[in-house]
Parts: sequence; structure tokens; C-alpha cells
Amino acid sequence: MLNVEHLTLAVADPDTGEETEILRGNSFSLRQGEALGLVGESGSGKSMTLKCLLGIEPGGARVGGSIELDGTDLLAARGEQLRRIRANDLALIAQNPHGALNPVLRVERFLVEGMADARGIPKAAAKARAADLLRQVGITDTERVLGSYPHQLSGGMLQRVVIAGAMSGEPKLLLADEPTTALDVTTQAEVVAILDEKRRQHGLSMIFVTHDLDLAAAVCDRLAVMKDGAILEIGTPDDIRDRPKTEYTRALMAARPLLHPAGRAPVPANGTEAHE
Amino acid sequence: MLYVLKRLVALALVLLVSSFIVFSGMYLAPGSPEQFLVQGRTVSPEVLDAIRAQYGLDDPFLVRYWNWLIDVLHGDFGRSLLTQQDVSTLIESRLPTTLFLAAYAAILIVLLGVGLGILAATRSGAFEKVVVFGSNLGFAVPTFFAALVLMALFGANLGWFPVSGSGEGFADRVWHLTLPAIALAFPAIAVVARITRTAVREEQGSEHVVMAVARGVPKRIVLGRHTIRNSMLPVTTVIGTNIAGLLASAFVIEYAFTLDGIGSLLVNSVQKKDFAVVQAIALIMVLAFGLINLIVDLLYAVIDPRVRLAREVSA
Repeated sequence: MLNVEHLTLAVADPDTGEETEILRGNSFSLRQGEALGLVGESGSGKSMTLKCLLGIEPGGARVGGSIELDGTDLLAARGEQLRRIRANDLALIAQNPHGALNPVLRVERFLVEGMADARGIPKAAAKARAADLLRQVGITDTERVLGSYPHQLSGGMLQRVVIAGAMSGEPKLLLADEPTTALDVTTQAEVVAILDEKRRQHGLSMIFVTHDLDLAAAVCDRLAVMKDGAILEIGTPDDIRDRPKTEYTRALMAARPLLHPAGRAPVPANGTEAHE
Repeated sequence: MLYVLKRLVALALVLLVSSFIVFSGMYLAPGSPEQFLVQGRTVSPEVLDAIRAQYGLDDPFLVRYWNWLIDVLHGDFGRSLLTQQDVSTLIESRLPTTLFLAAYAAILIVLLGVGLGILAATRSGAFEKVVVFGSNLGFAVPTFFAALVLMALFGANLGWFPVSGSGEGFADRVWHLTLPAIALAFPAIAVVARITRTAVREEQGSEHVVMAVARGVPKRIVLGRHTIRNSMLPVTTVIGTNIAGLLASAFVIEYAFTLDGIGSLLVNSVQKKDFAVVQAIALIMVLAFGLINLIVDLLYAVIDPRVRLAREVSA
């Protein structure tokens, strides 16, 4: 369903005009319902790959190659067409939920906006659905959360809100950009579990960006290891773990702290965090 | 509500302290009122004593302050030493012109400052350069010079606007005060436009705005609801301090355009050592400054729930 060919991204220095290559001609594809993990150190171009898919790369950047989503050329999309693709087909879950929501607007506004303003659902219907969306991600006191401003909620709670917002449409592709990195350890597992559960329920395809190999292995069907803007290898978690093809992957495997040698299993969601 | 009450009490305290400073400051300046009253003539000590007794100048300082303060609280600012007129009546006749001028300038600051700033931030290119250039000009050009240029160009040469007097009735006033208001607002428009442009630019790059774009929220809504609304936080403060300063800087403009506002009255009264009038005008300026700052702080709470909720918790 997603086909990325020779994706390049270059950013020009505003003073010298010198171009830096951030992505170096990466190709990968995604099947319907598949989860692909983009793993690598910070600065390896994982997040930039997501930004290219959404068309939110930094101003002045030059994108090359092609990105096709169900036959639509994303890189050629402009204006209203691009907006519709972002609203209907793609859903981003950003790293820091406190940054992702407008600090001066209530949570309800965030959810309703995604449905009503972005996708044209009548406002009243969107409002009616908002509480239900929150219940689906394990939030019980929906009234309070809907009426809260972002700074009044914890990172884990807010990330659930973002996930609820991402699930409010029927996106073709979920883009998760280090969705748990900004959260504390106990919340991380819960948020990953909810994300994983919702994705499987809806049969969504997902690109999961993380620096955590074990986490990616637990959540994804295939992993792509990135370094300095290039994809070094793509394979199943078992391939990457047991039969790494490059020296870098081997080093990456050796560098991770081995708390659970068998790989980390997602903790089931229990919604306890909703009462904090 | 409790917050507003607290702020009003604080404002009253500020007024009390400044009233003392204003009152005592006049006595620190060289020269004394009775010397002004005799206007340099040589008079017998008996006459001088009589004058001092009439104006209560022999009472201890604190007693004089107390008497003055009580009178002020009753709306009685005393009599002008110069014209023997009631100060309240004198100011009442002058205040409308200044308030009209300041309000006119304030509207220009908000509309043009914020408007030009937003336009400069959202459409780059020639327009942005013009705004930045105009903003530099506004910083550099002194108010009185702007007044002279406006008078020469639109008053004397083109004859579109009058160059003196404050007019009768609303429309005539607007017509008379247009050039003065532009001259008065010019530096503030420059500052506000520049701050607005920077604030909007900064907000455009902020995470939640990028997220709104990525969620497919229409451009118009991203701009209005997220970018501009949030960028108004710093802009509000700047607008507030600039508007609060208008009354104080109005005297230059009133002088240049020969308007009979309290600014020109203040200049005259200071020159003539007309204590009672200067004290009254100084207090009015402090009051205006305090009130405008209070309004800005309340606006801040309306715009930003973080400010509002933090206060609710502490109150």
C-alpha cells in the first residue's frame, strides 16, 4: 500500500547555500496492515522520513524520489489535495504530546478539530464521539479529560488523547514518531500496549520510529535499520537480531541493555493511569 | 474575581504611594509657590505670611499632605495658582481631547501594529521588507519630527487634514485628530508590528502548529486558532505598555498640533510652577497606567489558561 523509492532529502544552509544530505535515497514498502520499525540513533533520519511522508519537512528542504500511498503520489500532492491526504489517510503520533497540542485550548477542542475541521464531520457529531474515543484508549473519567488543558494532564494521558485523535478517522497509515520516548517508564509500556492493540484492532499499517530496538521488535513485523540518513538493512525482527547483515546492526544489537533477553512483551493496558 | 479584587487593592496602594511622591516631589524642586505668587515683586514679610497662611504653606509637611490627600479623595484637587480656577474643572475641560487622542492612537496601534505584523509574517517578500523598513523608521524617527512631516505633507501641502485644534463633535474630532494620532502612534505601531511579526513567525514553527498542519486542519484555521491566537501572548504585553505610555508622550503632540489637552496643560503648569495642576495630572497618569496594566493582565488570563488556572490555584 505504501511504496517509497529513492527518497532523498537535502537541506541547504541559509548562509553558505551548502547542501546537507539528510536522507540518502531510501527505498522501502509496506503491506496493508503491516508495521515497519525505523530504528537507529538520533540524527539518522528516522523522523525526517516521517516528515517527508506528511509533507512537513523543514522549509527550504529539497525532497527527491517518490512516495506512493495506494497509488497516490504524495510528493506531487499540493494544497487541498495534500490537506485531504493528511486529514484522511495519515495520522501522526508525535514524540512529545505536550508539544503536540495547543496549550491554550482544551482537549475536547483538539479531538473535535481533527474530526470536524479536518475531515468535515458535523461538529455536534464530533463532540458526541469525543468521549467514546477516549474510552477506547482506556480513559475512564472522560468528562474531566475533555475539559482539561494539556498542561493539566500527564504525558501518558495526553499521549492516549493523541492516539485517540489518530484513531478517530480511518487512516490508512499510522506514523508513530518515538511515541513513548518523552514518557516515564511505567507509562511507556501502557501507551505502547494501547497503540499496538488499537492498530491490530483496526488492521492499520504503521511506521514506528524508535531508537529502541527491543521495543521495535516487539511491536513491528519488520525493522529497517538506519544510519546517517541511509537504510542499512530491512528484515524481520528475528533476522535483524539473529542474522544481522551489517557490522553496524551487530554493534547496535550489542549496545542495547539486555534486561529481557527474549525481547520485551507489551504490558496489557489496565487504565490505572487514568486516575492519577 | 478575587484576583481582580487583589489587583484593585494593589492599584490603590500604588496610587497612595505615588500620591506621596508626587506631592513631596513638588517641594523638592527649586523655587516655592509663594515666590511664584508674588511674581518676583518685592513684598513685605507680612504679605508673604498672609499668602502662606492662605494656602496653608506653614503647616508641617505631613499635615499638608494629609489635607491634600483627603481633598483629592473627595475629588477636590485645589485651585490653580495661575488662574484661580478649580483644578478639577480645568482638567475636566482638557481631558476629553487627550483621552480621544490616546484612544484613537491606541486603536491605530492595535489595528496597524498587529495587522501589519501578521501580514509581514505570513507573506514574505517585498511586503515584509516594506514593513521591516517602516518599523526601523518608526524606531528611529522622534515623535515631534513625525508630527512636523505629517503637518507639512498632509496638512500644509495636500490640505487633507487640519494642523491645529481638536474639533467639535465626533466626526470633526476624528478629522482633526487623525494626524496627531498617527504621529503619536507611529513609534508604537513600529514596535508592535515588529514584535507581532517575530511572535507569529516563532509560533508558525512551533510543534503544535506543525502538528495541526500534519493533521490536515485547514490553513485558515491553523493560522487563526493556533498561530495568531497563541502569538498574541507576548504581543498583548507590548501593546499594553505602549498604550499606557501614550498619555505621557501625548504632550509633545499636543504642543505640536496646538491641542488643548492635559499634555499641553501639564507643560504650561510645570513651567509656571502651578503645583496643584501638576499634581493632579501626575496622579491621573499613574491611574491610567495602572488601569491599563490591569486590563492587560486580565486579558492575558483570558488568552492563556495556564495563567488563569495557576491563579485559581493560588487564590
